[in-house]
Amino acid sequence: MTIAPDKPTAAEVVVPEGHVKLIIDGVEVIAPKGELLIRTAERLGTVIPRFCDHPLLEPAGACRQCLVEVEMGGRPMPKPQASCTMTVADGMVVKTQLTSPVADKAQQGVMELLLINHPLDCPVCDKGGECPLQNQAIAHGRSDSRFHEHKRTFPKPINISTQVLLDRERCVLCQRCTRFSAQIAGDPFIELLERGAHQQIGIAQEKPFQSYFSGNTIQICPVGALTSAAYRFRARPFDLVSTPSVCEHCSSGCAERTDWRRGKVQRKLAGDDPQVNEEWICDKGRFAFRYATAGDRITRPLVRDEETGELRESSWTEALQVAAAGLTAARDANGVGVLTGGRLTVEDAYAYSKFARIALHTNDIDFRARPHSAEELEFLSGTTVFTNPDNGVTFQGIEKAPAALLVAFEPEEEAPIVFLRLRKAARTGKTKVFHLGQFTTPAVEKTLGTLLACVPGAEANALNALAEHASDVVELLSKPGAVILVGERAAEIPGAFTAVTRLAERTGAKIAWIPRRAGERGALAVGATPNLLPGGRHVANASARIEVERTWGVEEGSLPATPGRDTTGILEAAANGQLSGLVVGGVDPFDLPDPALAEKALAQAGFIVSLELRPSAVTAHADVVFPIAPAVEKSGSYLNWEGRRREFGLTLEGTGALPDCRVLDTLAVEMDADLFTQTPAASAADLARLGEGAPSGSSLNVAAPLQSPAGAGKAVLATWHRLIGNGSLQVDEPHLAGTARPVVAKVAEVTAQQFGLETGGYVTVSTERGAITLPVETDDLPEGVIWLPTNSGDVTVRATLGAGHGSIVSVSGGKS
Amino acid sequence: MTQAQETAFDQSTVDRAQAIIARYPQARSALLPMLHLVQSVEGYVSQDGIRFCAGQLDLSEAEVSAVATFYTMYKRRPCGEHLVSVCTNTLCAALGGDDIYKTLKDHLGVGHEETAGEPGTPGSITLEHAECLAACDLGPVLQVNYEFYDNQTPDKALGLVKALQSGEKPAPTRGAPLTDFKQAELQLAGFFEGRDADLDGPSAAPETLRGAQIAKDRGWDAPKMPANAEFPALPEKK
Amino acid sequence: MVDPLTPVLTTRWTEPRSWTIETYERTGGYTALPKALKAHPDQLIQQCKDSGLRGRGGAGFPTGMKWGFIPQGDGKPHYLVINADEGEPGTCKDIPLMMADPHSLIEGVIITSYAIRANFAAIYVRGEVLHCIRRLNAAVREAYAKGYLGKDILGSGFDLDVVIHAGAGAYICGEETALLDSLEGRRGQPRLKPPFPATSGLYASPTVVNNVETIASVPFIVNGGSDWFREMGRDRSPGPKIYSLSGHVTNPGQYEAPMGTTLRELLDMAGGMKDGIPLKFWTPGGSSTPLFTAEHLDVPLDFEGAAEAGSMLGTTALQIFNETVSVPWAVMKWTEFYKHESCGKCTPCREGTYWLVQILQRMVAGNGTASDIDTLLDVCDNILGRSFCALGDGAVSPITSGIKYFKDEFLALCDKNSKVLAGANA
Repeated sequence: MTIAPDKPTAAEVVVPEGHVKLIIDGVEVIAPKGELLIRTAERLGTVIPRFCDHPLLEPAGACRQCLVEVEMGGRPMPKPQASCTMTVADGMVVKTQLTSPVADKAQQGVMELLLINHPLDCPVCDKGGECPLQNQAIAHGRSDSRFHEHKRTFPKPINISTQVLLDRERCVLCQRCTRFSAQIAGDPFIELLERGAHQQIGIAQEKPFQSYFSGNTIQICPVGALTSAAYRFRARPFDLVSTPSVCEHCSSGCAERTDWRRGKVQRKLAGDDPQVNEEWICDKGRFAFRYATAGDRITRPLVRDEETGELRESSWTEALQVAAAGLTAARDANGVGVLTGGRLTVEDAYAYSKFARIALHTNDIDFRARPHSAEELEFLSGTTVFTNPDNGVTFQGIEKAPAALLVAFEPEEEAPIVFLRLRKAARTGKTKVFHLGQFTTPAVEKTLGTLLACVPGAEANALNALAEHASDVVELLSKPGAVILVGERAAEIPGAFTAVTRLAERTGAKIAWIPRRAGERGALAVGATPNLLPGGRHVANASARIEVERTWGVEEGSLPATPGRDTTGILEAAANGQLSGLVVGGVDPFDLPDPALAEKALAQAGFIVSLELRPSAVTAHADVVFPIAPAVEKSGSYLNWEGRRREFGLTLEGTGALPDCRVLDTLAVEMDADLFTQTPAASAADLARLGEGAPSGSSLNVAAPLQSPAGAGKAVLATWHRLIGNGSLQVDEPHLAGTARPVVAKVAEVTAQQFGLETGGYVTVSTERGAITLPVETDDLPEGVIWLPTNSGDVTVRATLGAGHGSIVSVSGGKS
Repeated sequence: MTQAQETAFDQSTVDRAQAIIARYPQARSALLPMLHLVQSVEGYVSQDGIRFCAGQLDLSEAEVSAVATFYTMYKRRPCGEHLVSVCTNTLCAALGGDDIYKTLKDHLGVGHEETAGEPGTPGSITLEHAECLAACDLGPVLQVNYEFYDNQTPDKALGLVKALQSGEKPAPTRGAPLTDFKQAELQLAGFFEGRDADLDGPSAAPETLRGAQIAKDRGWDAPKMPANAEFPALPEKK
Repeated sequence: MVDPLTPVLTTRWTEPRSWTIETYERTGGYTALPKALKAHPDQLIQQCKDSGLRGRGGAGFPTGMKWGFIPQGDGKPHYLVINADEGEPGTCKDIPLMMADPHSLIEGVIITSYAIRANFAAIYVRGEVLHCIRRLNAAVREAYAKGYLGKDILGSGFDLDVVIHAGAGAYICGEETALLDSLEGRRGQPRLKPPFPATSGLYASPTVVNNVETIASVPFIVNGGSDWFREMGRDRSPGPKIYSLSGHVTNPGQYEAPMGTTLRELLDMAGGMKDGIPLKFWTPGGSSTPLFTAEHLDVPLDFEGAAEAGSMLGTTALQIFNETVSVPWAVMKWTEFYKHESCGKCTPCREGTYWLVQILQRMVAGNGTASDIDTLLDVCDNILGRSFCALGDGAVSPITSGIKYFKDEFLALCDKNSKVLAGANA
């Protein structure tokens, strides 16, 4: 990838293996074999205009804007060539528009033809100011038009989904959007329609462009043909400030660009990071950001008024004093538990971890605001916490893997960018993808994958018997580079982590744990868990404790030495009075395995401090509520699932919102403890001083349970979250919500018959807690299994049923 | 899989769709014939038809729509009992094709790809102007349901269309006895059951045979073939 | 001396029920196949190369060389696809051939498939020729029944399945890669080359795409040998060729003559110009080949001859127009055709034909100016060689050649618009 020095002589230039030498505009260049001319020229600093070309899409050669003159073996090719489709060759002589009048005229000619039917609505077009067509027309086009005939017109924009609008008059038919959808996303719901001059982009009748990745087409559209319903007419690009950022939603840690003005985010775009998200992001990452500006955002501290029993706004001083006093009293009574939620930055999570240890003197802290298990904690603290991009699975590693086995992991719903990599890997033909799950989801098909279906809860058994039933999978997993990707619902499956670990030991495949939320990996790393201190140090390990005590400058022996309670343990203890207080970060009790228990704990706990953005079921019970900054109003970093640090700076300055680490730092001071986490940078520096501890080893040994029949009228529940659902960070995004997948239950045909369910009818799923009725579809699930989305629309499995993946539920025909 | 769709596509159509798929090494190749099959049932490519093909071939409806809207022969609106296609490409037009089209247009009171009469009812006619129909030596030509009517004039064409409207089915110059648009589409999908007699419909006009006949008449012929032409030696492998 | 007409492909056309397998076998059909199946496939490829047979679909690529490009022993299935999407304006040779003598094509398909080691062949026929599709389907059924198709053909161990595939109305599908996409159930838009069909054609496997007339010639070459074939035509363009005469000629029709025959000779056989009205312009091989005029009557119509005279042989579709026809009108009509048939994939062809049609329509309606001619030529220049496939090149042929030979006629259309009032330009 080197560019030859300025004045090379034949003797000087050594062409490395796998490279060729050519001349572009009189300059000798060395280029890797297979490189497209347009890129080689670009490395030289010559930008050849283009529309259809995109480095991550297969070449199309459709727009013809990038024509150049090419000479091979001393013979000029008779026609100008599209530099976006022609690869470099040894001895090739290329003349771009800079040195070739023919190429220049060809480019001008194509530009003129692109413009004859283009409307003159740049002044009202969202793309104006950042439009490749506009820019190139100015750079390479004529100043007037020879076209005096009738322009092609279409009705102005049509909604092709709730979030994407299509203006066919502006479209130059480069097919970037259709190629992205077909190649990258695997969602061919937007297509070329009609022919010739009538050709246009479109969708099938009544079939909107329902893709989790549709926003990327807006970003790569080289004109204003595809625009965002949420952003339309909101701003001009030249009035926006762009700040590099990192997505706060899932654990992929995508690079983003946040565009804002006057203290308000207007849009988010995908950043370019070849190691992580390439140039793509999912629609949640792109469109879900208005939660931070929701009308009910908490901006002032709140203290529960002793007389009215209601929360009232207070000064920071008062709130801090009340909180410190309450927490101190609770600590000194039966103690305080800390629930951090899974969305914190590393710096904020660290502050919670340190706060628990030195202000509250407890290991009762857990980041897992979702179903969890001791087996999971053992796995995470023994294995995952020590993985990083150097020694573990990475995005790029997935691309090279001979096989990927997905266990209790729904990539498209839970980590969409991992899904895109899996699809890319599968499409290049290198990677075989196996999904251990319950039915053939769209992701199974789009990763060209194989479903290994089992009853929910039987995944561990299936893994243990893999050699028996699917020896080909074991064989592929034994090849170097193979990976096993484990999702968050593995925590609901007894024996799953044990079985995965054994399988990895048998095959040599690497395991990656891919949680759903952006903050989970970071919280694990900083010890927001009952058994770990920062850096993977076990709390029971005396020398590890001493290391931490010394670095923190606290009294030796002051750190609690026994593992604390996990999330459920903390809630149970709070509910029955064994804990006197709670500090709760961004936790939605309805995400917890047993929301009823959470409700009870919140009601019973003596003293509750909540750090929150918006009113919630936690603030409803809290004695003190501290407002905290959303991601765009603070700096920090996430640790993505790879263990890669994803640092981001402050986007919106001067909003006055404080990050959790600052609030906790001040609160700790009120409690006579110093966290040294006044700012994210200080927190990060304090954390860095600790470094990583020594692995303490893990002893996973949870047996796979015997499966017993569900019983008459009962079925086993399969459930997981969908990308677009009721998540609290998706509020105020109606356009995004419109692209959610339909809320339906799924059963096998045979199960439907057993329960007397009609196709197209309804099913009622119930437990002693409650019942949910929803439409039912048949799919290829194992017999006796019913699937529900965990938290979509009216279906709130945990809140309504108190059930989870693997639970036994009652099933009956619902209203029709 | 999902909700039952009320469609015009019965089991025999499903069987035919599956038979088309079985002809090819890869299923998607069946899409063009299957769209002809859809037209044989519906008289055009309906939205139901697009759903039907998408379901049979596991494609998205957008993918099927992309194909269905690309090709001229797939009609967007229900067609008449007969489809009358008049070649108005340059050569036929110069020989009178434009006049023929105008005559029929005026008579039927419809434009391109419009139907005179209630689509599908007896005597209803969809008119279109067509591009070159590969019968230039017989121009101007028109087709009814893709059967050829050669050497047309405005009067001849008008007579033909009037006959079609009154329920007659004048025989084509070249092609099988006339049926209707839907049955022609069934044959384009590759189903010819019970219509062996169609094969004997005329195919050669005097123009077609002109050169061969002159050669015969004048005793001209290609050089005589050798009794035993040898193959070249097996080339050596490079 | 070879006769002026050399019926080879057309020789059976005058037989009663010429399309049946009985007639075909009675007249020497399916005698080349057993010979070919006893030969080594590479001998057949060599024989085809030796014969000098060049593609009859318009481009004239050497057929044997095309077969030779198919990688052997690559472990992939190979395919033969017959381009029977005859749609080039003026072209009307393959359809009568397939209607009259479908078995000659089928026998050619079997021999060619054996040569290139293909076990599946498809004949892609344009959809508008139903009778032709009927006859081909029947011929395939007959061939299966007689053991010429299917498993272990004539005990040779060679298997072949043939499918007749009806297109659906798209001129662009005559372009071989668009045809392949269409055959795969997609929009018929041309593919990027490379990779070429020889390595990555149908279903991304090695594929030969040949025209009907080309492959129908193969059984005759096998029976007659390459030397016999070369007795007809000229050195670099050997063999017989079906010339299709249409338009203002006394006896239009199909004339199979040696390659290199001139229009003067053909007109002579066809009874001269209709009603004695003099020839004005003609196409040597369909509307995509630049126009010729009366001065080209003696151009030898083979690949070299037509090219040297500034046009192309194309499909030897000789559309003859007499003095009563307006060139700008004819050019406008053809341009309307190309606009209608442009697939839409690339900018120059899609937008360029859209523009050209409007200028020409305006001119023909009497609203043109002389500067429109310059614009026409410059837009043509921006399409020619800039489009994704040859459709764009074909689209500008009538315009540039029409203006080249008949510029006065275009200017005459603008006369009344060129009057400028005194002082208007002051």
